[in-house]
Amino acid sequence: MLVITCPYCQEAREEEEFSYAGEAYIARPAVPEEVDDATWGDYVFHRKNPRGWHWEQWQHVAGCRKVFAVKRHTVSYEIAGSWTLADGKALYEEEQA
Amino acid sequence: MANRYSLWSLIKNGLKHHESWQPAWKSPQPKKQYDVIIVGGGGHGLATAYYLAKEHGIKNVAVLEKGYLGGGNTARNTTIIRSNYLWDEAAHLYEHGLKLWEGLSQDLNFNVMFSQRGVMNVGHTLQDMRDIERRANANLLNGVDAVVMTPQEIKDMVPLIDISHRTRYPIMGASFQPRGGVARHDAVAWGFARGASELGVDIIEQCEVTGLIIEGGRIKGVNTSRGDIMADRVGCVAAGNSSVLAKMAGLRLPLESHPLQAFVSESMKPCIDTVVMSNAVHGYVSQSDKGELVIGAGIDSYLGYGQRGSPHVIEHTAAAIIEMFPSFSRVRMNRQWGGIVDVSPDACPIISKTRIKGLYFNCGWGTGGFKATPGSGNVFAHTIAHDDPHPLNSAFSLDRFATGHLIDEHGAAAVAH
Repeated sequence: MLVITCPYCQEAREEEEFSYAGEAYIARPAVPEEVDDATWGDYVFHRKNPRGWHWEQWQHVAGCRKVFAVKRHTVSYEIAGSWTLADGKALYEEEQA
Repeated sequence: MANRYSLWSLIKNGLKHHESWQPAWKSPQPKKQYDVIIVGGGGHGLATAYYLAKEHGIKNVAVLEKGYLGGGNTARNTTIIRSNYLWDEAAHLYEHGLKLWEGLSQDLNFNVMFSQRGVMNVGHTLQDMRDIERRANANLLNGVDAVVMTPQEIKDMVPLIDISHRTRYPIMGASFQPRGGVARHDAVAWGFARGASELGVDIIEQCEVTGLIIEGGRIKGVNTSRGDIMADRVGCVAAGNSSVLAKMAGLRLPLESHPLQAFVSESMKPCIDTVVMSNAVHGYVSQSDKGELVIGAGIDSYLGYGQRGSPHVIEHTAAAIIEMFPSFSRVRMNRQWGGIVDVSPDACPIISKTRIKGLYFNCGWGTGGFKATPGSGNVFAHTIAHDDPHPLNSAFSLDRFATGHLIDEHGAAAVAH
């Protein structure tokens, strides 16, 4: 059972209160009309699916209902932290750079 | 064949106190060069190697397995076999597999304990029943056996099931595939390994692929924990770890790896002689030859490579089973495990060439790969041997996620995803 901290409620709660909402920070092509089918298919369907640290979205469905970012290890299931989407994105981009 | 299994060999070896049986497959040192390398020594990979050698005459083949044979999802499923899929492409592919299952023990000279005890998919709502009718009709048109049953017919076949109206989600009917059933998972891996080894395939365990050698858009070989091994054709059949392999080739796959849990009860006298699955309350149960109830349900929602999931998923599954079988509420559970399933967006596999010449992927089987083991290996062997997909798997290409030609079995198939 994962124990996740909601950055809005500022409380650590069990996974059952939350709903997994997939990989975080997938960039939508800026001008969808101009990209080819392969790029669009990549955006819609293809995922990083890493074996290791993963930035993902969770929604606090049984609480404040807000969506936020969590950095979690996909083998050990260790959670490095959770952030609002905006705060997390700054960290995420720093890591990617 | 070193050990041709028969009544005669059993008597002969019995008289020698069973001390002269030979290992079922050889464990050679890896060679430097092969015609084809299969990455992943689970059921699908071993079946691919077997059919490459048997049907396509390509015998200079290595199967590389990082752990031990059949130690991944082959040993971590609930062994259900059926082919009652809604869409034509999927129905034909899984039916091809089911037909191979029907002769597999004879073909491999290895008892895979394939038991055609039937698979029942129960419906609990009017929409369930409409879907069941539609799917059963689609199955019949595709030459897949299917019967729609009333609650009383279900009760006659499975006396322990609760068809009363006291339940929260009363059972309104079911579809039944009489040719479906279960098989022994370990025996499938061992049987294919033995058959492939006998035809000259090298099965190399404890050999992890750490990189793919690609030059000028062509695959040249693989880096492994036991040195580089060269081959012009490499087939990846790594289930949950497919995305990891794809990344080595600079490819992205439309897959997400999730934990899928299952569990077995203590052994009991025979009480269910078929497989009962429910989409609506979300659980499935059969009874193993040892008498254990084998129970499973859906995946854990989050991405995970940990071969374990969260306990509330087990609780939900147990609740679903008790909804259908109240008498199981006192049965003690014995063991629980998790596998890593690679789920694709349309719940259908990817059996495909890639943009790297000579590199093939067979993945995305998600929660339902075991049933397809022989069929998957058979068509994947064809794809590798001819560098062109078999007619049965041409629709299951990686391109479909760009063209939009998905085979949407999510929700359509008689499956509890």
